[in-house]
Amino acid sequence: MNFEEYAAKSLVLTPAGVPVPRGTLCISAAEAAMAAANIGPCVVKAQVPAGKRGKAGGIKLAAGPDEAKAVASQILGMRIGDYTVERLLVEEQAEIAREFYAAVLHDVAARKPLILFSTDGGMDIEDIAAAKPSAIRRLLVDIDGRPSAADVAAMLRGLHLGEAGEQIAHILDRMYAAFRAHDAELLEINPLSLLEDGRVVALDCKFVLDDAAVYRQPDIAKSGAAVAMTALEARGVAAGLKLIQLDGNVGVLANGAGLTMTTMDVIRHFGGKPANFLEIGGEAYTKSEIALDLVLSNPGVKSLVINFCGAFARTDVMADGVVKAWHKLRPKVPVFFSIHGTGEEEAVKLVRDELGIEPYDFMEDAIQAAVKAAQ
Amino acid sequence: MIVRKNDRVVVLGITGKQGTFWTEKMIAYGTNVVAGVNPKRAGETHVGVPIFADTAEAVAKTDSEVAVMFIPPPMAKEAAVSAAQAGIKLLVVLTEHIPAQDVMAMHAAAAKHGTRIVGPNTAGLVTPGECFVGIMPAFVPSVFKAGRVGVISRSGSLGTLVCLNLTRAGIGQSAFIGIGGDPMLGTTTRDALEALDRDPKTRAVVMVGEIGGTLEEDAAEYAATMKKPVVAFIAGAASPPGKRMGHAGAIVIGDRGSYASKRKALEKAGVTVLDTPSGVGEALKARLGARQHA
Repeated sequence: MNFEEYAAKSLVLTPAGVPVPRGTLCISAAEAAMAAANIGPCVVKAQVPAGKRGKAGGIKLAAGPDEAKAVASQILGMRIGDYTVERLLVEEQAEIAREFYAAVLHDVAARKPLILFSTDGGMDIEDIAAAKPSAIRRLLVDIDGRPSAADVAAMLRGLHLGEAGEQIAHILDRMYAAFRAHDAELLEINPLSLLEDGRVVALDCKFVLDDAAVYRQPDIAKSGAAVAMTALEARGVAAGLKLIQLDGNVGVLANGAGLTMTTMDVIRHFGGKPANFLEIGGEAYTKSEIALDLVLSNPGVKSLVINFCGAFARTDVMADGVVKAWHKLRPKVPVFFSIHGTGEEEAVKLVRDELGIEPYDFMEDAIQAAVKAAQ
Repeated sequence: MIVRKNDRVVVLGITGKQGTFWTEKMIAYGTNVVAGVNPKRAGETHVGVPIFADTAEAVAKTDSEVAVMFIPPPMAKEAAVSAAQAGIKLLVVLTEHIPAQDVMAMHAAAAKHGTRIVGPNTAGLVTPGECFVGIMPAFVPSVFKAGRVGVISRSGSLGTLVCLNLTRAGIGQSAFIGIGGDPMLGTTTRDALEALDRDPKTRAVVMVGEIGGTLEEDAAEYAATMKKPVVAFIAGAASPPGKRMGHAGAIVIGDRGSYASKRKALEKAGVTVLDTPSGVGEALKARLGARQHA
């Protein structure tokens, strides 16, 4: 789950004791003008959960209320990535002396939290890694412990941080605490800036909450950014199903992520284009009834592949759901089945007896027939 | 991580709906299930298996070395850490959607106590004709058949399809190793490949991968050193980048984890990469035949 900058700062950084600039969240140009009147020279920043806001024209300086009002009018309603700007963060301008980079994230290979720090900030970490790898320091942390002051000092040694070093060490410690407390997948401050007055402040912040931990972070999760999705994808979310709408015309209903991706691959292999990703694997295998409804609701669908290969997901239970939905929906497009694995005898019999359709023995044959029917 | 019929297995969460269903299937197939754990029902038996209050007691009383978890995500960390502390050698974690920081704690405990974790989010392990541990249709004769080809898969459903295709081509399997669909796994594709390479009953390997992460690239380095032939299918060629395709690990960010990167690494290592899963039998026969001629 992604968060906009203001939420990351106010819900994660500030409570953890990481300094941020003074700022106000605004939803109109008039509010931005009022905020600027209080703050003085300010930065008006589009709040969307997407990168490259500056390049897209979503971050602008304003000397006072009139200018703040003018740039706010320009930025509100702007499209950045998949998002329309509906909120602005109006922050005090900072006199920047140096820009650093700091983050805590998952090191997937090491299966541990990783603290990253770089003396070069303000650009993507991938670009820093490519341009100046020597600027990046890494510290793996034992999940059952926390980074010791000595570890952090060793990590920062030789970077010539001067008086900022102590503040940075403190901020890294606080970031790690926040990362653990809030189930972060990523907590990134870029840039982490040394100001002319000697303070070190988080000018921007990205916080990603682990989707699997949303259930135990309810207070923060309710401020999560909306995900850009189609109306059909939103219906999928409401039903607890992961649906991704694509631009093809062969609908896909399969169980398990691996089999579903493979079904899409084989559709493309035979010259067709998949209309969706939708899987009912894991605990969701009992949801085939609503799943069939979703797939058939996609106006682009000209034919449909139903491909079950049951392990945990019982094909008899999935076929039963499909049959129930079928009697209600009466599909108007041709449907091609392939069914194997746990419960396959009952499942094949259900589809044969109730729908009068003979499942294909080979998945490739079912898919090839569906691709042909869609053309 | 190749399970054998004499391995003594404890089922954590044995009394739940899925725990019950799959424990019965495992026992019927030949798995040596010696214990179950449920603190509220200690002292009872369930589907003929004695229940203990915790894993430590189950291990003390039954000498079990393998544990399989039917435990929902909020309780998974505690169950896994307790199993590691109890001295379990092989811990099969079926649970999907465990918070990542809990998964890290599970791996830390496993490393400390010398436990091998398979998973999380795995469909389990099958040794056709002997036993299985997990949620795979080992008992469906059209899917699994005893033989000499090892299969590694991140996905349960796709792994099932590949075993089905092998069996239909008349090729039996020495072992199925489901490594799991999560990004942070206890057992990697490379770990499984090394185990199958060492296994005297295995003479070739099928690697079933998918987009996301670098498991296949890492395994390719090892595959290049192997004498046994390796055939691979990688799912996700048609998946759009930047979207998470069901499995938490199945996401392409930039070029990292892409289909092209994996295919290139595997082909460079001498692995035959299939366009669709149906050709797996033919490809294996060609590779094994070529070796016999070589």
